[in-house]
Amino acid sequence: MKKLLILSTALTGLAFAAQADVTVMSWGGAYGAAQNEAHLKPFTTATGIKTVMIDSDNPATPVKAMVEANNVTMDVVSLEYADAIRLCDEGMLETIDPAALPAGADGTVATEDFLPGAITECAVSTDIWATIWAYDSTKFPADAAPTVASDFFDLEKFPGKRGVRKGAKAVLEFALMADGIAPADVYATLATPEGVDRAFAKLDTIKDSIVWWEAGAQPPQLLADGEVVMTTAYNGRIFNAAIAEGKPFQIVWDAQSYENEMYAIPKGAPNKDEAMQFIAYATSTEGLRAQAQYISYGPARKSALIEPLIFSDGKTDMAPHLPTAPANMTNALESSFEFWVDRDSELNERFNAWLTAN
Amino acid sequence: MTADLSLAMPLLTTADGRPLKSALVQAQARAKRRAFWLVAPLLAFVVITFILPIAQMLQRSVYHDGFSASAPLTSEWLLSTEAGAVPDEAAYAALAADFKTMKAERTAGMAGTRVNYTLPETRSLFTATARAADDLAPPYKAAFLALSPKWGDPGVWQAMRSSATPYTADFYLIAADYERADDGSLQKVPDNQRIYIYLFVKTAVLSALITFVCLLLAFPVAHLLATLPMAQANLLMILVLLPFWTSLLVRTTSWIVLLQGQGVVNETLLAVGLVADDSRLNMMYNQTGTIIVMTHILLPFMILPLYSVMRVIPPSYARAARSLGATSWTTFRRIYLPQTLPGIGAGALLVFILAVGYYITPALVGGADGQLISNLIDFHMDKSNWSLAAALSAMLLAGVLVLYWLYDRLIGIDNLKLG
Repeated sequence: MKKLLILSTALTGLAFAAQADVTVMSWGGAYGAAQNEAHLKPFTTATGIKTVMIDSDNPATPVKAMVEANNVTMDVVSLEYADAIRLCDEGMLETIDPAALPAGADGTVATEDFLPGAITECAVSTDIWATIWAYDSTKFPADAAPTVASDFFDLEKFPGKRGVRKGAKAVLEFALMADGIAPADVYATLATPEGVDRAFAKLDTIKDSIVWWEAGAQPPQLLADGEVVMTTAYNGRIFNAAIAEGKPFQIVWDAQSYENEMYAIPKGAPNKDEAMQFIAYATSTEGLRAQAQYISYGPARKSALIEPLIFSDGKTDMAPHLPTAPANMTNALESSFEFWVDRDSELNERFNAWLTAN
Repeated sequence: MTADLSLAMPLLTTADGRPLKSALVQAQARAKRRAFWLVAPLLAFVVITFILPIAQMLQRSVYHDGFSASAPLTSEWLLSTEAGAVPDEAAYAALAADFKTMKAERTAGMAGTRVNYTLPETRSLFTATARAADDLAPPYKAAFLALSPKWGDPGVWQAMRSSATPYTADFYLIAADYERADDGSLQKVPDNQRIYIYLFVKTAVLSALITFVCLLLAFPVAHLLATLPMAQANLLMILVLLPFWTSLLVRTTSWIVLLQGQGVVNETLLAVGLVADDSRLNMMYNQTGTIIVMTHILLPFMILPLYSVMRVIPPSYARAARSLGATSWTTFRRIYLPQTLPGIGAGALLVFILAVGYYITPALVGGADGQLISNLIDFHMDKSNWSLAAALSAMLLAGVLVLYWLYDRLIGIDNLKLG
């Protein structure tokens, strides 16, 4: 009996020692899988530190709960730019020293290699992703396919339901751009009450035909089910559905809005040093290139784009599928975190009221 | 002739001479204490994991020290002056001192967030001012106005005034669709921003509808289960319980597959010819979807209490009524139904309270018009506005407690039977 007790205690102790060292929380779906292949597994192979990926609809949500409860279980979280700024201002994230980030493969120091705005006080950019819209090409003949954003709101020429993300961000800007406002004027217009009214009026024209989605994996699913004929989506998810799974989806880059996706460390993370090592590895030139080979989000370093990027299937060139490709930037909007940090709660209140009203 | 009463009524005693009455009281008290100590662990568990978190949530709904803790000097000035007072050099000096502290401790974001709840666009003002805080020098009023003209706006000072005390009713005001005007008085929020009261009413109405539909569907099933022979009843009971044991998300997503525009139901109806291709039934991502799926998920909660009450109803009453000449309908209405009332009460209460708090199902299948108040509570939790989420939850709790009290008055909690 005593031997059994000692043995079982020793084994339990071993179990504790065998826990993963770096826990990463990200968005799941194709993006989470890409980060798993490009960052987590190679990091474990290179350093021996174990890594675990946790999925979430939006990693920013649990960060505040964890930090306030003093029970932080994540070491690294993947955040949208505005969320990273907001949480940093609220003291929920650890500060990151840019000197800890490695230089680019061509020798450029990190602060110069990263695109402008890619390094903030508490977060480092991993990629540039975009909210685009896509349609099922089997639903429309090739010569009568939608090409501009106003086609998304044209129910007569292109009948069928639309998928739109449930939230004010990226949706109001999209509505304004479809209404004819140039990207440079979008936020100035949205800052006025008339501009907000205009955006909601535009959305009203298709409101009854909208299917609202919240998780990034829903738009490709809705398109595949035939539930919608056009939907807004994160561009990488549609790319993966189209190229890796062979679905007949076509991305339209008109009126895209792009922003940085950041890695950050929640304040009080249990393995802060290993987390910093992970971020340094994942945002190195090799790490960013590796991720861009699994999903079509643009790397945040200039040195990552010097050589061509090939998708994991070995033949697709990623360059034309990145949000930052010149051909895709003709009518593109850079999402303004300053605007959303300020107007987030107010515009979302208005959005919720609009959503539930009849 | 006075009778000796002590002889006529001798005092009853126990075997060891104590008066029976006091011995009885002592024994009862001991039994009660023992019962209390047996229940004490469970009571402690319920208090710690249930009562305390709810109390903490309720406290959060009236407490937010984001501004008052980060900007104590400014709060002091605001509380010592009246609403509408024009800020003087002393006020701006206090503000400057507070901003220097906020920059050092990185709390400007928290303070700005709190004021932003009352007046949008103040958050960036706070974070921008905090970044330039070290350059602030007297005369402070001019320095602040040079940074941004908003610092002279009375609206900003009024918003800071309402944030100056940690204890505030502001979140309950927002939850009731009210807001404070520039001078501090209450006014209703503009029409296109009113959602909360509407959603509270909608949630109650939808939950009542779902409870009623569950009752209609569950009554025959429970009756069948209660009157069949044991072997068949057990088999049917497994069929009722199996979905109960399946994951909630699996059940909800199965309904999406069944009811969506290109789903099984619509395709079948199309094949049979009952609907045309462009007029498919719209049963998913709207209120209809919410009602159908929630009814399915909450049905076992209605079937089981009804079943356990119906099982103990003796069939002899119904037979006696029929033998006395009552029709089937009269027998059901006057004999059987009143006997099942405790079960109906239990099932209805259970289903209603569950329906009022559900948010996963409306989030997945509700689309835009199937949203309930719980979805908004979840939304505010996501956006880190816990105080508003707490205020909405507290109002929901109050509404349910009122309904519980009404139920107690009308039917009586003692009449509630789960078996």
